[in-house]
Amino acid sequence: MSISLDEVRHVAKLARLEMGEADLVALQSELNALLGHFQDINAIDVTGCQPKPHAVPRQNVWADDEPVFGLPREAALQNAAAAKAGLFLVPTIIED
Amino acid sequence: MSSLTELSATEIGALLRSRGASVIEVAQAFASKEDTVGAFITRSAPDSEACARAQVMIDAGEGSALTGVPIALKDNISTRGLLTTCASRILSNYIPPYNAMVVDKLESQGLISLGKTNLDEFAFGASTETSAYHVTRNPWDLERSPGGSSGGSAAAVAAHLSPVALGSDTGGSIRQPASLCGIVGYKPTYGRVSRYGLVAFASSLDQIGPFGRSVEDCAHLAAVISGHDHHDATSLPTDPISARDLKTGSLKGKRIAIPSELFDDSAEPGVLASVDSAIQALKGEGVEFVPVSIPEITVGVTTYYIIAPAEASSNLARFDGVRFGPRESGDGHVNVVAETRGKLFGKEVRTRIVVGTYVLSAGYYDAYYLRAQQVRGKMAAKFEQVLSTCDAILSPTSPCVAFKIGELEGDPLALKLLDYCTIPANMGGFPAISLPCGLSDGLPVGLQLLGGISRDEDLLQLAYSVEQCLGVKITPPKM
Repeated sequence: MSISLDEVRHVAKLARLEMGEADLVALQSELNALLGHFQDINAIDVTGCQPKPHAVPRQNVWADDEPVFGLPREAALQNAAAAKAGLFLVPTIIED
Repeated sequence: MSSLTELSATEIGALLRSRGASVIEVAQAFASKEDTVGAFITRSAPDSEACARAQVMIDAGEGSALTGVPIALKDNISTRGLLTTCASRILSNYIPPYNAMVVDKLESQGLISLGKTNLDEFAFGASTETSAYHVTRNPWDLERSPGGSSGGSAAAVAAHLSPVALGSDTGGSIRQPASLCGIVGYKPTYGRVSRYGLVAFASSLDQIGPFGRSVEDCAHLAAVISGHDHHDATSLPTDPISARDLKTGSLKGKRIAIPSELFDDSAEPGVLASVDSAIQALKGEGVEFVPVSIPEITVGVTTYYIIAPAEASSNLARFDGVRFGPRESGDGHVNVVAETRGKLFGKEVRTRIVVGTYVLSAGYYDAYYLRAQQVRGKMAAKFEQVLSTCDAILSPTSPCVAFKIGELEGDPLALKLLDYCTIPANMGGFPAISLPCGLSDGLPVGLQLLGGISRDEDLLQLAYSVEQCLGVKITPPKM
């Protein structure tokens, strides 16, 4: 299995990563090498094996139903690239 | 008083309690030592108020074995008011508004922060070379890597810039650098140390753990940082790890498994010879070694390099130039986010995000991510089966000794194979510890012991007994 340059460009776009053409070409080469190695896992018979998404599974972990203080607004905003009126400020998403 | 920096953390704690030195005196001895290996990203002067509080605790006979002892923290552990960069330009100005739970615990027990240590960017790597800031050097040979991703923490302890340090371990990032730097590194059972405030890489694999110059140091530090935390839903509802019971015990009758797959020719002959010498010494003490075969180990690295980037691609979506870090300019919100991430993430981070996005995408999810999780489950079950009849599983920690900086730069797959022996512990959540077992070509070799889930105290006791039996005390030349 190999990945085309257009597929690399598409996945980078999905991941919100703006990359130059030279970087995309280098990435395509590295991805194809990795995907070749990924075929190794097909050598293991997984018939009937359950997927293991967690190292040590826990179930139904609930927080106590008690009010707790969160971060003050100023602290939550202190690392924002831009803020206004106590809110994160982002470029326009929907035009008028 | 330079001799203070020669002492282990446990020795420093005892010295402080006997009034042989003051907390501020010890902290300044470490803080004033020149960082010739580039271990730190942010090196902070010891906080005089924190030193005073620790001194009060000691004078009142309160605190723990490590109260007043200095410590260095990997720079992906959140510290309130102190720069936390993850060695990335995308967090070049990030000042956390809260502490990681482990930092709160360190402060409550009076340990003194010496600052934040270097790492591979977002902990993606095994050499500390992908840091956006600088390369960290191995105290044993400044031309060589300390390993990674917690290379700064390992180098700081090996160079006696700090008696203990914290790192994080997702596929071996504590144990491999500990091995390459000739110190002890310990990854506790997943869930016994809270991940709250650790900047997430792969949440099902990440675990914070200690570095020290002895098993005892690591055990004492694990006792401070462990315990249930309701902030972390994956935290286990168990007591903190106990370090009180470490004692010189007989190894007679212990059963230790040795998987053939971790002793194949992918490891350097010098590493295998050093580990074999240790095995022979332990046999002499009555340890029974049980040969086993776990074929899934051979695809552990592949499995890891599907699962970890998948989780990382999701976790790193939060870095978008809105809530943290600098923002690049662009036309519209989506382009601003893409420009910010494209320019401020390094090459290795971009690669892993794209790999993770690809294996999670429609059409490939079942073939890669789901199948990797099935292999993970099968591998973990085999390890549990072996551990049901054995006290631990022994192997080299790293297949090689410290390599030259830049040596593996053009061979990303070779770099990834460095985690071959360490990845299984993360896959199954098992506790594992690396301790020095000798030298090969003048460079340290590490031995790994892997134990059963939540049997951390048993593993630490076994590692302590092995350490006493081997009697390996190694120090970098000129340190």
